[in-house]
Amino acid sequence: MARIEVPMPQMGESIAEGTVSKWLKKVGEAVQRDEPILEISTDKVDAEIPAPSSGTLVEIVVSEGATVEVGTVVAYIDSDGGPPATNGKPAAEAAPAESKPAEESSPREPTPSMPLPPPASPPPAAPSPAAAPASSAPAPAGAGVQAPDSAEERMRTRSTPVVRRIAEEHGIDISAIPGTGHAGRVTKNDILGFIESGKEPTRPGQTAVGTAPAPSAAPSSPAVVTSAPGTATPAPAAAPSELWERFYGEVRHPEFPIRSADRVEAMDKIRRLTAEHMVVAKRIAPHVHSFIEIDFTAIDRIRSANRQRWEEQGARVSYTAFVAWAASRLLREFPMVNSTVSGNNVIYRGNVNLGMAVDLNPGLIVPVIKDADELGLVGIARKLVDLAERARSRQLNPDEIQGATFSITNPGVLGTLVGMPVIPKGTSAILGTGAIEKQVVVVQDPATGDDAMAIRKRALFSLGYDHRIVDGADAARFLARLKEVLDAFPEDA
Amino acid sequence: MGDSVRGLTVRRLGVVPYAQALALQERLVSERRSGRVGDMLLLLEHPHVITMGSSSDPEHVLVSAEERDRRGIDLVEVGRGGDVTYHGPGQLVGYPILDLKPGRKDLHRYLRDLEEVIIRAAGSLSVAAHRSPGLTGVWTATGKLAAIGVRVSSGWITSHGFALNVCNDLSWFGTIVPCGIHDRDVTSLSRELGREVTLDQASEAVLEAFGDVFQRAAL
Repeated sequence: MARIEVPMPQMGESIAEGTVSKWLKKVGEAVQRDEPILEISTDKVDAEIPAPSSGTLVEIVVSEGATVEVGTVVAYIDSDGGPPATNGKPAAEAAPAESKPAEESSPREPTPSMPLPPPASPPPAAPSPAAAPASSAPAPAGAGVQAPDSAEERMRTRSTPVVRRIAEEHGIDISAIPGTGHAGRVTKNDILGFIESGKEPTRPGQTAVGTAPAPSAAPSSPAVVTSAPGTATPAPAAAPSELWERFYGEVRHPEFPIRSADRVEAMDKIRRLTAEHMVVAKRIAPHVHSFIEIDFTAIDRIRSANRQRWEEQGARVSYTAFVAWAASRLLREFPMVNSTVSGNNVIYRGNVNLGMAVDLNPGLIVPVIKDADELGLVGIARKLVDLAERARSRQLNPDEIQGATFSITNPGVLGTLVGMPVIPKGTSAILGTGAIEKQVVVVQDPATGDDAMAIRKRALFSLGYDHRIVDGADAARFLARLKEVLDAFPEDA
Repeated sequence: MGDSVRGLTVRRLGVVPYAQALALQERLVSERRSGRVGDMLLLLEHPHVITMGSSSDPEHVLVSAEERDRRGIDLVEVGRGGDVTYHGPGQLVGYPILDLKPGRKDLHRYLRDLEEVIIRAAGSLSVAAHRSPGLTGVWTATGKLAAIGVRVSSGWITSHGFALNVCNDLSWFGTIVPCGIHDRDVTSLSRELGREVTLDQASEAVLEAFGDVFQRAAL
């Protein structure tokens, strides 16, 4: 008869053991392939384990409450459906030697030797400002802080099981790696970074004593070279998803030496989030910028003619309001400019939500005019003033800085000719508006049809776009339409 | 990665008694497994209830049966990981019913992803939250902001999920030792910000973050 092993399955890359919480089937019961036969629990997760094959559950090896390593056989199924093995050991005392009583590795209190691995990417807003100055020192964190304990001790206290497994696969001595984790612990990122830095030997199983940078490098202790238990296949050192996370999710800013006259300050939250966002946004989207010159003469005329009326309505209609109005109308014509690449898909946004960059001096925040295409010129103007004022007095609601589908930034307000803005993550384009200045331009004399010089108010606009989804010609058409609308701005907007 | 964005059906259920939500989840897990429904996220509130996970220590329930009756608190035992938890009005409870196949078959990753959702959502509401090494859940400098306990059923279908304190009366946590952790306080988004954060605001933030972290687009 075919006796099939039921191993404690690998339920995750960093999961080294599991506790049998409940047997759903008894010895002698028939089981179907993929039918749940037991429940296991690891930290905060209960999981059902399906039968690997149909047949009869003939022996339960690991009893409820026992914790065993991944790969340990927990039961046997007889695929021929024969009677239960009469010589099967009683379940209660058959737990293998390495299993521990449940209390020792209770999910709610991980033991020190079995700490949870650190999260794959650090929480964006986690580090406390107080900690930042310390970490800006050029020395690697954790190095030199550790007491000179034995290599084995250091190995045990300075790493997690997953790190040890990766180390073992690559034949790396963990004690040689500067740890950035809690108490100088070597995190998964540390070891992956170390591997990527090319300091490791390529053949698994080889100890990297010679190549390790630290003088304290000691041969791997037996505890470290113990092979992965049972039939479990060790996870690859850097799964593609892991690299993905690290590249697109995690931002680490390199550190630089501090000179004597320097001042070091921790970044405040807005700065830190901005820094992270900019790095990620640039990593994600291949940026291209196109430029066009806009004539504001018509808009200037409309502004002068209506200023008094608008003031009576309590509205201040800025040049930016005109631009936002025009852009919000055009985005419906150019869905790719109001979209985002998401995986292998493109999400075309159903709303037109304009992110309007506001200079907080210092700092930058981008409040959002929701459904701008449903607002008239004066409505947009009012919203702009309101958002900018509340942004500066730090009174924006969180939902007012979320959900932008397209953004406008105005470097021109301080006289800059034009900018090349970064496309906010999750959108496909951003419009930069340059300083509006009087220029002498060549126009056609309407009376004679001859070339003539005229004084016009003009500005350079730039469109930064994600070249994955917006082609150069799309951008050109969008800018040309924008010019068309703004150059001859409708009186009734 | 080549992993395309999947749709996510979001159900805002309002206040749902615990037992009813449990039954709903069980049904949805089986429907999700058979493919009759897609990935879902249930967002709801529970009336006052103390729940005990499969690994719970009964001593972590600090109120007697009589007092529970008097204060109108239910006590329910459930098949999920984690210890004793309290739920009540003003707490945003999220139960994702997701198929983690093919790309997310990793229990720890799933826990870390749920934490990431809460951290990002809190961040977007200007609350700095973080993980605590060795403990599942989300914390701020003041205390525990969100509890997480999940179940993964056969076929990598998830149920249970997270409970984010938004604007709930935190004194109710005095009835339990949250998740068996004695020495840490609980907190809420409203407490962190010193102003009322509504469940709607929290839901929106969570949804946005959930879509980003799990690559799911709300349908």
